[in-house]
Amino acid sequence: MGNWVVNHCFSVLFLAVWLGLNVFLFVDAFLKYEKADKYYYTRKILGSTLACARASALCLNFNSMLILLPVCRNLLSFLRGTCSFCSRTLRKQLDHNLTFHKLVAYMICLHTAIHIIAHLFNFDCYSRSRQATDGSLASILSGLSHDEKKGGSWLNPIQSPNMTVEYVTFTSIAGLTGVIMTIALILMVTSATEFIRRSYFEVFWYTHHLFIFYILALGIHGIGGIVRGQTEKSMNESHPCKCAESFEMWDDHDSHCRRPEFEGHPAESWKWILAPVILYICERILRFYRSQQKVVITKVVMHPSKVLELQMNKRGFSMEVGQYIFINCPSISLLEWHPFTLTSAPEEDFFSIHIRVAGDWTENLIRAFEQQYSTIPRIEVDGPFGTASEDVLQYEVAVLVGAGIGVTPFASILKSIWYKFQCADHNLKTKKIYFYWICRETGAFSWFNDLLTSLEQEMEELGKVDFLNYRLFLTGWDSNIVGHAALNFDKATDILTGLKQKTSFGRPMWDNEFSKIATSHPKSVVGVFLCGPQTLAKSLRKCCHRYSSLDPRKVQFYFNKENF
Amino acid sequence: MGQIEWAMWANEQALASGLILITGGIVATAGHFTQWYFGAYSIVAGVFVCLLEYPRGKRKKGSTMERCGQKYMTAVVKLFGPLTRNYYIRAILHLLLSVPAGFLLATILGTACLAIASGIYLLCKFLPPAERAASPGCAPSSVCAGFCVYLPRAAVRGEQWTPIEPKPRERPHVGGTIKQPPSNPPPRPPAEARKKPSEEAEAAEGPSAGPQDNPIPVTDEIV
Repeated sequence: MGNWVVNHCFSVLFLAVWLGLNVFLFVDAFLKYEKADKYYYTRKILGSTLACARASALCLNFNSMLILLPVCRNLLSFLRGTCSFCSRTLRKQLDHNLTFHKLVAYMICLHTAIHIIAHLFNFDCYSRSRQATDGSLASILSGLSHDEKKGGSWLNPIQSPNMTVEYVTFTSIAGLTGVIMTIALILMVTSATEFIRRSYFEVFWYTHHLFIFYILALGIHGIGGIVRGQTEKSMNESHPCKCAESFEMWDDHDSHCRRPEFEGHPAESWKWILAPVILYICERILRFYRSQQKVVITKVVMHPSKVLELQMNKRGFSMEVGQYIFINCPSISLLEWHPFTLTSAPEEDFFSIHIRVAGDWTENLIRAFEQQYSTIPRIEVDGPFGTASEDVLQYEVAVLVGAGIGVTPFASILKSIWYKFQCADHNLKTKKIYFYWICRETGAFSWFNDLLTSLEQEMEELGKVDFLNYRLFLTGWDSNIVGHAALNFDKATDILTGLKQKTSFGRPMWDNEFSKIATSHPKSVVGVFLCGPQTLAKSLRKCCHRYSSLDPRKVQFYFNKENF
Repeated sequence: MGQIEWAMWANEQALASGLILITGGIVATAGHFTQWYFGAYSIVAGVFVCLLEYPRGKRKKGSTMERCGQKYMTAVVKLFGPLTRNYYIRAILHLLLSVPAGFLLATILGTACLAIASGIYLLCKFLPPAERAASPGCAPSSVCAGFCVYLPRAAVRGEQWTPIEPKPRERPHVGGTIKQPPSNPPPRPPAEARKKPSEEAEAAEGPSAGPQDNPIPVTDEIV
């Protein structure tokens, strides 16, 4: 529990502040439009839905300002770098940028719904009062002239009783841009659902660029000044408090009160979104500039099971363990950037990624590299991004659990720890690593096998065989594989992987593993790191609690769910 | 682009449109707007669209995530056979359903969204997967490539809605892996050769590869 609080308190605080600001802005704008005398006459026609619409509009401005910021990944990297004095937990919150982007998007959808519903009621009220002939205050106000020569101080945007609300919607700037924005928003949301994003990434990526229409439409949405309030001058002459009652006598010469005059509320959305738009444009320019920098591919390795390893060099590139990069291949697709975890260690003089077939783009990329007789396609790199997983190096004993594709970031970590160990780096606290690799079939990650084999060999050479203790678990097994393994029981290496360590079948029994570790290291602090599914996280967390000794001087297990 | 199943996105879009139609309809009806009966229609149409689109169809490639509790609606939608399976019919249906809602401002957004969903459904009918056969990397063993070669282009059906059926659970055969112990004893040399001189060595080794004393007499069936 304490661990959760420490890891999440900043997120919770941040979200609370954001929600609080939303509520504050909504209530503040609502009260302003509900109580202000400037909108007294407007309220006479529209009622409370005016305040509702304006309050949600203010929240929409606020959230539209926020939504572009979490996707400026270079800006976030810059913040992460400059705030290195801040604690790591604080900087790790920057890794949750996409979650925040989604939350802001949901808030925009909610406020869009409120805004549209309120304006539907508003338009209906305007329409009714325009058509009313009962001489009520509402109908007189609606009759105020649209004629620019007479001052153009109208209140009701519906100019004549014959005009339909649909006509006004599609001929006014506010209505038209509103429709464009909403349709763009809906298309963006439906193509960004998790299912579509994971299965057909291109649909999501290209449709999401409709945000350009959203931002442009938002900027000019309020230009028409369709929200009308009484002018200062008119308020001084004929304040609604004294003149509203005597509306039948406005046109009389001897009346103190004159017809009220109205002016439109100026557009203010552009003020909110200008800065983020500029930042985002800078971000895209920066991404483009970084992508133009030359990337030299030093080695291309085609591993079995269609896994491609690219070793590259780029001037000024420096990485840390556990970070990821975005790569783009212009010959396959000009606009698509895809993220890949770095699998090389910072100590190496190149950086590498391993790409597995997971869709159209990766398939085309691997095919392009397979052509032996044509030139190697050009690659553009942006990054590295993400908080480094330096925590692994802070523990005396580290338990690393990688499930399936989650094993990829551990390549970088294991290599880095090995380099530090080789150089007898005194800052390295780690004395022992337990690595558990759980996967359905080893074929897809056979490149990782090679890494483990080379680590095994190097450890033997240095005579430090017990530094890295790893176990492989194959969960997708059948009786054929087991039979085969049983027959080859006496062989020194495993028949599936070729490693000295034999593959186990099924899922690890964590209780056994944890109790073994606890007995072997009775006085250490053990860090448990997972890159895998949520269910596994739950069982590991439980085991950590169970096997941590009550005595703080004895063995303690700390669970870290790293978001790689 | 050839491998995108547009119908999946069309399904999401149509489901969203259904919800928007319902919301717009409720607002129009509750607010008693002029011509509010279009709002009432919109609610009914929205509910129908949501029920039709709720069960997600099976993807051609890869596993499909079912929506929560969709199996009940899958059974109902399956009953209508080709009417619901064919995306062409769905596209026309959505287009027709969206038209009456276009007369009311409150539901016009639903109209636009449903019309777009209808457009995407049509797209998946008219973007033939023959693109897959044309692309160079298509593995010759892939079923779809062979399929496309043999069907005339005009008749390529494109995508269609396939229900996600639960896989029949293989009942675990209790004791299926327990194999009966061998009924015949292993072949042995005749009784004379079995007696070895070093009986002490045998006792020292314990149960090992030497001849053993059987606790119960075993008949030697070798003739």
